[in-house]
Amino acid sequence: MSTRTDDTTAREHPIAPFIRMERMPHIWCPTCGIGTVVKCYATALADSGVDLDKACVVSGIGCTGRVAGYMRLDGFHSTHGRAIPFATGLKLGRPELLVTVFSGDGDLVGIGGNHFIHAARRNMDLLVVLVNNFIYGMTGGQNAPTTPLTAHSSTMPFGNFERPFSLPHLAASCGASYVARWTCLQVRQLTWAFAEAIGRKGFRFIEVIAPCSTLYARLNKLGSGLDLMRFYHDNVEIRNGADTREVDIGYQEKIVCGKFRDEERPTYLELMHEHYRKTLGDRYVPMPPEGGLIRGED
Amino acid sequence: MKKVIVGNHAVSWGVQLARAEVISAYPITPQTQIVEELSEMCADGRLPARFIKVESEHSAMAACIGASVAGVRTFTATSSQGLLLMHEMLHYAAGGRLPVVMADINRAVAPGWNIWTDQNDSLSQRDTGWIQLYCENNQEVLDTTVQSFKLAEAVDLPVMLVLDAFYLSHTSEPVDIPDQADVDTFLPKREARLKLDVNDPRAFGALSPPDMYMELRLRQQEAMEQALEVFDAVEAEWGERFGRRYGAIEPYRTEDAEIVLVTSGTVTSTARYVVDERRARGEKVGLVKIKMFRPFPTARLRRALAGIPRVAVLDRNLSPGRSGIFAEELRAALYDLEPARRPGLDGYVIGLGGRDVTPDTIGECLDRSRAALAAGRAPEREDLWVGVKP
Ligand code: SF4
Repeated sequence: MSTRTDDTTAREHPIAPFIRMERMPHIWCPTCGIGTVVKCYATALADSGVDLDKACVVSGIGCTGRVAGYMRLDGFHSTHGRAIPFATGLKLGRPELLVTVFSGDGDLVGIGGNHFIHAARRNMDLLVVLVNNFIYGMTGGQNAPTTPLTAHSSTMPFGNFERPFSLPHLAASCGASYVARWTCLQVRQLTWAFAEAIGRKGFRFIEVIAPCSTLYARLNKLGSGLDLMRFYHDNVEIRNGADTREVDIGYQEKIVCGKFRDEERPTYLELMHEHYRKTLGDRYVPMPPEGGLIRGED
Repeated sequence: MKKVIVGNHAVSWGVQLARAEVISAYPITPQTQIVEELSEMCADGRLPARFIKVESEHSAMAACIGASVAGVRTFTATSSQGLLLMHEMLHYAAGGRLPVVMADINRAVAPGWNIWTDQNDSLSQRDTGWIQLYCENNQEVLDTTVQSFKLAEAVDLPVMLVLDAFYLSHTSEPVDIPDQADVDTFLPKREARLKLDVNDPRAFGALSPPDMYMELRLRQQEAMEQALEVFDAVEAEWGERFGRRYGAIEPYRTEDAEIVLVTSGTVTSTARYVVDERRARGEKVGLVKIKMFRPFPTARLRRALAGIPRVAVLDRNLSPGRSGIFAEELRAALYDLEPARRPGLDGYVIGLGGRDVTPDTIGECLDRSRAALAAGRAPEREDLWVGVKP
């Protein structure tokens, strides 16, 4: 098959319908990995045929926090660390919605860490996409709760000595029902993982390792985002079903990727209904699962 | 030694000179450079302090409180949303009578996400019991940083020094950096009156039932009232050693003035320029800069403004449903003047969310107040918002 190079007709980008094109250009740096993650997520949404009027994205603050503002879906750009509680309220108010939280490592497990563990514990029905670039990007490269040991950050000018979280293990041990990790190099697996997780319920957690070319790569002299993608290519080890106790990420060491957990467990709302039905019997009058009085139009 | 540094680094230098011992912070634009510089100072030994980048601003202040109770000198810096997240801990630091020092970079509050300057973040912490000092230039920032520790430790109250986002935080100016030895004589090591001590065990933060609570608040109020005089003494000593003083308030060309602007922060510098220009044209205008917002220098402001026909307050902040906050405070302060000497007061709202405040903006305020003076009544609400798009 040959590709014609003389055809210069402007075509719409395949995910343009999912993006607020009027807000382009975006703020992300060249070779930053966040855009790729958005592309995979949008593709998965398109492939899974979700009613886009029922899909919404909630972000916190930071470079990844911009996602909610760029996607042509309803959503919030919430405050720093609070994407999960905002999303929890949204889900309780309108249980029929597909609620996705899209934010970074500093936001979701740094300042928002408490919400992350409790939403996982409750198996709140949220899809949580965490873009992990090992550093605080937007504010200038400070140490994050994910910065690998010995890696440099602007607040650890001589290398990090704080032990980082292993996020799949954190999510799994708190009770998440779906846990996966991919890098933004594995666009196919990542897109499939999104599509699969969209079809599941409960607290679904997908960690995406992505290059922060401007800060993490520069502070650690790792080249450009492209060099980091090459590093992922050479150092990713796919181990579906791996024990999450064994997927820690060391500085410039192998990155274990795959789907680590996929278990059906009752969600917060299901548990609530079941509990009250059992304890109150006929006296329990549940709000209709599709959102009760708030939902007037159909 | 003179150096050309941004306002954020003027804070870091001040903290280094003050020999803070525990620094705990969380990144937020446009403050981050302060703590980045400090983390380097701590790591490479220039500042023998323990530094931790914690997981939120709430934790940053909590850690400062913990360290302060242990008797050491503590510092943090934040801005906007970060300051709002600290709110609970701000009350704790002040109610616990702990001399924590913090720099706040004035940045607008969300939603309407905005990283540019306005004063609503710090002013919405008005009632937390912190001393608040607003700075006009980078030299004042450095000087105030060091002085803040001395003031805080003298009255056992926390101090927030406040500087405008970008206009100071990211703007380079020549700053005279005092010698460490001189600063050490000015500000010796902290001697905490009360601290955690295994040989003299005490519990801090205990339950205070109705028969105790009010007295705690009264002590706090008394300490706040003392803070103004202590601030004067601290500045006087600083002035003797280093030749610079700013004053809790600073009247500028107010003699025989018909209209006096009241300003804070970097708007002051622009207003000085406008006042000079108008004076050169023979207009009788002046200005009063407010540096200290808490404790509010009520009597001093009353003296400075008594008998002035009209006062134009420039507020880069808003209390929705009322007006600019400095204007409200000032209105209350001037209420006790006898009516004949009580100025008419126009509270202008300008420059929210970093909108430019140019000499024209300030000139416009002066012109509207002049018209109000001639007409003998206050401008309409629409005329008090200057620089808004139609
Ligand atoms: S700073 Fe890093 S994370 Fe942020 S947009 Fe640039 S490359 Fe991406």
